[in-house]
Amino acid sequence: MPQFIDRRLDGKNKSAVNRQRFIRRFKSQIKRAVNDAMVGRSIKNMDSGEKVNIPSRDLSEPVFSHGPGGRREIIHPGNTDFVTGDRIPRPKGGGGGGGSGQQASNAGEGEDDFVFELSREEFLELFFEDLELPNLVRTQLAKVPEYKMRRAGYTTDGMPSNINVIRSLKGALARRIALSAPYSQKLRRAEEDLRALLEEGAQEDDPRVLALRDEIRHLRSRIKAVPFIDTFDLRYNNRVKHPQPTTQAVMFCLMDVSGSMNQERKDLAKRFFTLLYLFLQRNYERIDVVFIRHHTVAKEVDEEEFFYSRETGGTVVSSALTMMRDIMRERYPISSWNIYAAQASDGDNWHTDSPNCRDILMSDIMPLVRYFAYIEITPDRHQNLWEAYMDVKEQNPHFAMEQIDGPGDIYPVFRELFKRRQAA
Amino acid sequence: MTRRYISESSEWTFPLLERYDKAIADIAHNHFGLETYGNQIEVITAEQMMDAYSSVGMPLGYHHWSFGKHFVSTERNYRRGQMGLAYEIVINSDPCIAYLMEENTMTMQALVMAHACYGHNSFFKGNYLFQTWTSADAIIDYLLFARNYVAECEERYGVEEVELLLDSCHALMNYGVDRYKRPAPLSLQKERQRQHEREEYLQSQINELWRTIPRRETEIQEIEEHRYPAEPQENLLYFIEKNAPLLEPWQREIVRIVRKLAQYFYPQRQTQVMNEGWATFWHYTLLNELYDRGLVTDGFMIEVLQSHTNVVFQPTFDSPYYSGINPYALGFAMMTDIRRICEHPTEEDRYWFPDIAGQDWLKVMDFAMRNFKDESFIAQYLSPKVIRDLKLFAVLDDDTQRELEIAAIHDDNGYRYLRQSLADQYNLGSREPNIQVYNVDHRGDRSLTLLHTRYNRKPLAESAEEMLRHLRRLWGFKVRLECVDENGRMELLGECD
Repeated sequence: MPQFIDRRLDGKNKSAVNRQRFIRRFKSQIKRAVNDAMVGRSIKNMDSGEKVNIPSRDLSEPVFSHGPGGRREIIHPGNTDFVTGDRIPRPKGGGGGGGSGQQASNAGEGEDDFVFELSREEFLELFFEDLELPNLVRTQLAKVPEYKMRRAGYTTDGMPSNINVIRSLKGALARRIALSAPYSQKLRRAEEDLRALLEEGAQEDDPRVLALRDEIRHLRSRIKAVPFIDTFDLRYNNRVKHPQPTTQAVMFCLMDVSGSMNQERKDLAKRFFTLLYLFLQRNYERIDVVFIRHHTVAKEVDEEEFFYSRETGGTVVSSALTMMRDIMRERYPISSWNIYAAQASDGDNWHTDSPNCRDILMSDIMPLVRYFAYIEITPDRHQNLWEAYMDVKEQNPHFAMEQIDGPGDIYPVFRELFKRRQAA
Repeated sequence: MTRRYISESSEWTFPLLERYDKAIADIAHNHFGLETYGNQIEVITAEQMMDAYSSVGMPLGYHHWSFGKHFVSTERNYRRGQMGLAYEIVINSDPCIAYLMEENTMTMQALVMAHACYGHNSFFKGNYLFQTWTSADAIIDYLLFARNYVAECEERYGVEEVELLLDSCHALMNYGVDRYKRPAPLSLQKERQRQHEREEYLQSQINELWRTIPRRETEIQEIEEHRYPAEPQENLLYFIEKNAPLLEPWQREIVRIVRKLAQYFYPQRQTQVMNEGWATFWHYTLLNELYDRGLVTDGFMIEVLQSHTNVVFQPTFDSPYYSGINPYALGFAMMTDIRRICEHPTEEDRYWFPDIAGQDWLKVMDFAMRNFKDESFIAQYLSPKVIRDLKLFAVLDDDTQRELEIAAIHDDNGYRYLRQSLADQYNLGSREPNIQVYNVDHRGDRSLTLLHTRYNRKPLAESAEEMLRHLRRLWGFKVRLECVDENGRMELLGECD
């Protein structure tokens, strides 16, 4: 009779380890493919996995095999009109030398690329690898302390669900041995006496024998009366709260939506911020994001509006910076927050406003933030905002600026801005 | 006549599986006298099937990136719908483990059970190669041992280190089998017990071979006269395991594990046509018998036939789907033909197969199943009728000629030639380059020399260079590859320091 086993509920990811090994081994090739893929990818499907191409020769598993040439004979099925002795021209391609030209060489694998799908997780993992928020400091927060439960030995009281069975039973065993020890000792002696008496020829009704038997019975019952387990034996796993230093960060996203930012530029800016947002969400559990969009006036908006609203107007960049400053003062005291900011603009500003921006940055913002990244989206010459920001950059090492020309630049620039730095 | 179908719906359930199995087992054992191991039938999902696929059907294997590679490519092909998964995987073990896929219909489950649990199973139990080379009751334990051992090594010596070693071993896997010597069967306990002794013993052996303490004059002379190894060795991995000077004991053990697995799969590589042909023949025969007994519906049988026809479909050489001879098609055609020769022999059959024409087909087929491998099976049983049915023809590709030549076709003059040529095509010995250990310079630079004996002037593929690097990694010293052609001329193909 055969045995039927239902394995469907067993883990299905038996190959997960092997898959991981595969990815680890070919990481450099896969990463190259991932980066290539990013360039051509619209931000909308950022959330899906990615198909990766690797030239198959890079991951071949060689074996000894015959190369082309020599004399070989191959049997094929389905002859229609060949007769013995026919000569036919060698098929093009020279390959393994089959009559049909289809027959691969003995080596088996062709030279096609090896294509496979990375899951979304794996894809983002690879994509954001080596990126981090610069200068992040772990701050011990007084306000909302975060605790983590940690094991800390055993206690004598606690909740039943925390009973440690092994410890408790060990304790019980020790107690039983200890409490019954005097009786056991007496019992042993009594038994020896009894045996001696009987060997001497004493009768069962001998009073001494009877007395001993009584005693033995008594001692046995005493030993039995020692409880198997007592509340005294119980031990509980002890867990204590441990304050956890947490990282609390806020990212200000500032985007210019003025009239000079045409649809294409806005799109680039949005792609940049989407990437940033994805990166933050993925790598930092606790992070606030503040979205500010501005034309002549700045407005704090939610994520939805930030990415999808179509409102527009003239340009006063300082409005956004002022707003950011106010929000920082109001809600994000530097004592408990790591503050970051990213700003995207086409660099076109109302000309008298640029010095303003510089001043606000220098005096009010840069001292408080850990990192400020500015990207200018313009294929043209830099405009006055860039000049003003150059001054800021000179005096602040934690200020970074980059220029984006087209969609192809977004990813390199993003990486450049957030790459992991050696002991900054 | 009252119908007592086992089931009429296409949904399967465990009780139904059991009833089908009982019916099939009854026919297989009592009516046709098949001998099988016990069956262990496991129902799995498509994902699990892909897992099983990528570990070459081993229910538990050690971890290695190459399995991951197979997994991702299988997964991709499956997702894209380019490839249906096999309906089943069956493992040569006792009890014989067969995987059924959850998605299959009841009919397919029955087909798969007949194919795997009675067809392949009886082949595993009966065929001489499997009998000599593998021991079905020990393989699962050995796989477990291997997996744990490799995992332990990874912990101790690092994943990277073990991976590199496995890469090299895998590359040489086909050269890790004894082709002529009969192996000792595997056993977990003995393995464990001996593993420790072996480590110590081996190390001492090697030390002896590589000993640098000066010897007496006469002794030296004696040694210098001998070439080492005295005779060429075909089992490269075995030779490395026993003789490589620098390998650590654990590395030898891993080489040994790969070698043992290669040995385990060796019979399967040699009996593709027979094994699949046999299993296909039996699912066809068993299920037809079920139908004849009125146990299954017409719909059931039509589904079986449809699937069966797909399996044994042989595209012709000029078809875009053609990728060589389909072992299922050839095997099934030959098995069916043996039965036909026994039951309804023609004049031609009496002339070609006087010893089996008109005999009891069960006995004849049983004999054929037990005592042959692909090469000899084809050489013995490929009949003119099968050659005609498949319209086989031989194409001769000689690189000294400008054109290809049709060497033989399916006519009176061609039968024997085709039969011999096709048999040779399934001869592993001529399919794989013949490479043997030829010499070890144990008094000098410790280099290892391999000798490739050319056959039909076929050169080695370019991969040889990379293979030398793998050999170099295992051997630890210089490795040379020489080649001897048909005229006995030697030539150095490459070396790797």
